[in-house]
Amino acid sequence: MIAFIGRRLGLAVLLIFGAITIVFLALRVIPGDPASLILGSQASEAELAALRTELGLNEPLFLQYLHHLADLLRLDFGESWRLGADALSSTLERVPATFTLAGTALLITIGLGFPLGLYAARNAGGWGDRLVSYSSLVGQALPSFWVGIMLVLVFASALNLLPSTADGTIWGLLLPAVTLSLPFLGWLARLVRNGALEELGKEYVRTARSKGMSERVVFYVHVLRNTLTPAVTVLGLILGNFIADAVIIEVVFAWPGIGSLLIDSITNRDYAVAEAAIVLIAACYILLNLLVDVLCSYLDPRISLEAV
Amino acid sequence: MTATEEAPLLTVSGLNVAIEGAAGTVQPVRDVSFTLAQGDSLAIVGESGSGKSMTSLAVLGLLPEQATVRAEDLRFDGAELTGLADPDWQQLRGEQLAMIFQDPLSALNPALTVGYQIAEMFRRHRGWGRSRARQAAVELMAQVGIPDPAARLRDYPHQFSGGMRQRVMIAMALALEPRLLIADEPTTALDVTVQAQILRLLRQRQRDGLALVVISHDLGVVARSARRVVVMYAGTLVESGLVAEVYPAPAHPYTAGLLAASPRARGTAGSVRPIDGQPPDISALPAGCAFHPRCPIARERCTVERPKLRVVAPGRESACHFAEEVLTGEPTKRGTGAAHG
Amino acid sequence: MTAAVQARRVTRMRPRAKVAAGILGLFLVCAAIGPLLYPYDSVATSVADRLLPPGSALSEGGLAPLGTDQLGRDVLAQVLDGARVSLLVALATVLIGGFAGLVLGMLAGYFRGLTDTVISRIGDIQLAFPSILLAILLAGVLGPSVLNVIIALAVTRWVIFARVVRGSALETRDREFVDSARVLGVGHLRIMWRYIFPACVQPLLVAATVQIGLTMVAEAALSFLGLGVPVDQASWGATIANGRDYLSSAWWIAAVPGLALTIVVVCVGILGDELRKVTDPSERERA
Ligand code: SF4
Repeated sequence: MIAFIGRRLGLAVLLIFGAITIVFLALRVIPGDPASLILGSQASEAELAALRTELGLNEPLFLQYLHHLADLLRLDFGESWRLGADALSSTLERVPATFTLAGTALLITIGLGFPLGLYAARNAGGWGDRLVSYSSLVGQALPSFWVGIMLVLVFASALNLLPSTADGTIWGLLLPAVTLSLPFLGWLARLVRNGALEELGKEYVRTARSKGMSERVVFYVHVLRNTLTPAVTVLGLILGNFIADAVIIEVVFAWPGIGSLLIDSITNRDYAVAEAAIVLIAACYILLNLLVDVLCSYLDPRISLEAV
Repeated sequence: MTATEEAPLLTVSGLNVAIEGAAGTVQPVRDVSFTLAQGDSLAIVGESGSGKSMTSLAVLGLLPEQATVRAEDLRFDGAELTGLADPDWQQLRGEQLAMIFQDPLSALNPALTVGYQIAEMFRRHRGWGRSRARQAAVELMAQVGIPDPAARLRDYPHQFSGGMRQRVMIAMALALEPRLLIADEPTTALDVTVQAQILRLLRQRQRDGLALVVISHDLGVVARSARRVVVMYAGTLVESGLVAEVYPAPAHPYTAGLLAASPRARGTAGSVRPIDGQPPDISALPAGCAFHPRCPIARERCTVERPKLRVVAPGRESACHFAEEVLTGEPTKRGTGAAHG
Repeated sequence: MTAAVQARRVTRMRPRAKVAAGILGLFLVCAAIGPLLYPYDSVATSVADRLLPPGSALSEGGLAPLGTDQLGRDVLAQVLDGARVSLLVALATVLIGGFAGLVLGMLAGYFRGLTDTVISRIGDIQLAFPSILLAILLAGVLGPSVLNVIIALAVTRWVIFARVVRGSALETRDREFVDSARVLGVGHLRIMWRYIFPACVQPLLVAATVQIGLTMVAEAALSFLGLGVPVDQASWGATIANGRDYLSSAWWIAAVPGLALTIVVVCVGILGDELRKVTDPSERERA
């Protein structure tokens, strides 16, 4: 078990390292001269030169990269010129808000997606099942930022039931969380439905029936337990996607999380913060995938940890 | 022989199963009848697709939804089984009727511990508490010969060997001391020594009063585990009788062919002679005797007239126009004939 | 597969797919010749005609079927213009990303070994990184322009195509006719072109259809965030962002382009499903 987690952790570190490299390349290679980007077009040549030396931009790219990695290892992402503070700590301040949002969305997804999927499976072929299937297909195709705005239109502007932006109350959390969860809710429901139907055709179901188990026990104990593993896998992936998708949803609802900070930083060319935010989000995403792997092998006794 | 004279525990009479499929309706079981008394044992033998598994699933009400069961009489312990409501079936299954399946790995729930799956019988049927049910599960596992049962309670099916898994299945099936156990190819997935152990286990229980139905494609397996045998071909019974009488002198060419194909059944180490040809497609049965394309002694009459199951000797039935000839003839010679045919 | 067979399959499409194809056809026509059908300047402002609801008469006569925005610009004209940008970006992205994916995927699948390892690992690393983040990063650094959006999105998509192509290439490379070609001394390039490429086309097309829908959503999202198409060009995402500030007074500004996007994306999805059914023999049998 330890060895397995260790190996997965090693892989995760490698992937985070890859993410850092991608960000480095995007920020240092593409824009041409980062110094003029940081200082803006009004900066004098002397100022630019000074900054270039300070940033080590006169060194060969590879050396720059190594220096940058060394900085990041010390958790030094640089300073935000816009906020005048350490980039990483400015980003970390926003983490709780994003986690609250993603966590709430996950609760909504599980709370609705699971029962809907199970309902659809138990009534397979019926109109309820078809309704769940179709709405989940449409839900996945909807552009979520637009759905968010439409929810605001209906529930905040027209009905005046809920606040349209973050106001610190639980009500302000509801619309963004629902928006975030919508596409994945349908996805989960379909996954649970299809998984449960597949399991229902397996031989152990016949065995359970031959043991005199009621249909309820057959479904909610025997089948459900086997549907759980794939569903849990997906939940981790969903949470990862929530944290990534939150970037846009946070902007829609002016939610003070990492996502809105990232967009602010990028539009204002505050790349130190942008890098910290992206690396942080990517790290969450990667670590959540790791968590899923471990959880899965724990839940599914057939996956031997040593063999993976 | 006293067993047969009592009122039968299980009566199957005129059983038909029809399955609604994409390509129309097929009839995998036609007009099958047999009875079984308490403590008696019956083997149902046939190739795959002969309808033997369907027959047993019909007795337990476990056929898929697309299947319709019709029977003149389908009775367990005097009570009619056709049209039974779900709760009544649930009462009956596990308590009175039990079944074990061919492949214990896929028949056991992979995501639940073995202990849970056995203890579940006591918890759901008897309403026992967790620890009492678990205690009973340990005892059962010990009875069916699973070493160190208390420690293995928390293991999952995939952690057991094939033989141990089948023991788990048996423990589960026997938990509530049912009166009838149907074992569908209980030993096919196992190696020979384990097969013998499992069969011994079943025979033991049968001596304690359990009525046993063993389903197999192999007459050899059945020879040591059942007192009576019925042979099925293409959904119908073609022969029935006592194992002790049928084996030395079969009354149907198909039975003779099966015996020739299984040296173990005859207790000789002679060469195996499989029956020529393939089992028929049940959606397009040959006219006349369904076996005639493969039958070494088929004649004109066989292609037009369907033979009925009839008594050919005391306690013996056969569905062959020429059963008497088969019965009195020399089986080995016909076996040779099969090779030519 | 002959053209006749293909034509028969098209006529045998399920009604759902036919409707989707019809709507998409309409969308293509609008994107291509929208200005001819509905001659109106999407960026012309008119203070007198601010925030008019759908169906209102304009000050200079004429009609705004889908209303106007806060600068008096016609919403229908913006949607038609946005359709063009949306389609352009989606097609270009899928073409570029698809081509890169095709080449790299074929190389990886055909040569295996080190080439495969390098290409696949890069792909793995990129996929471990949420693709929307990468798009935001690239589009943000490159600055708003249609070309930059296409570049940013193509970079995020090539991996998907490469994986699909690599799979088909791996499968085909060990087939007998490829082996015999190799034995006969046919060059690698020629083998790839004559034997490997044809096997990759169908799965690539299916993937491309799916990606067109996703790319349209991604473009709209980037433009919504202000990282996509420049402000002076119409884009569904930008129009939605603009309408967001006028929700209580002029809901149609945000609602209409989003609705258009949703409908198109759903139709693409339905067609993609259909295409998969038609091209994948195992799916066809199951259906
Ligand atoms: S009836 Fe004819 S074909 Fe059928 S088993 Fe008897 S001899 Fe063979």
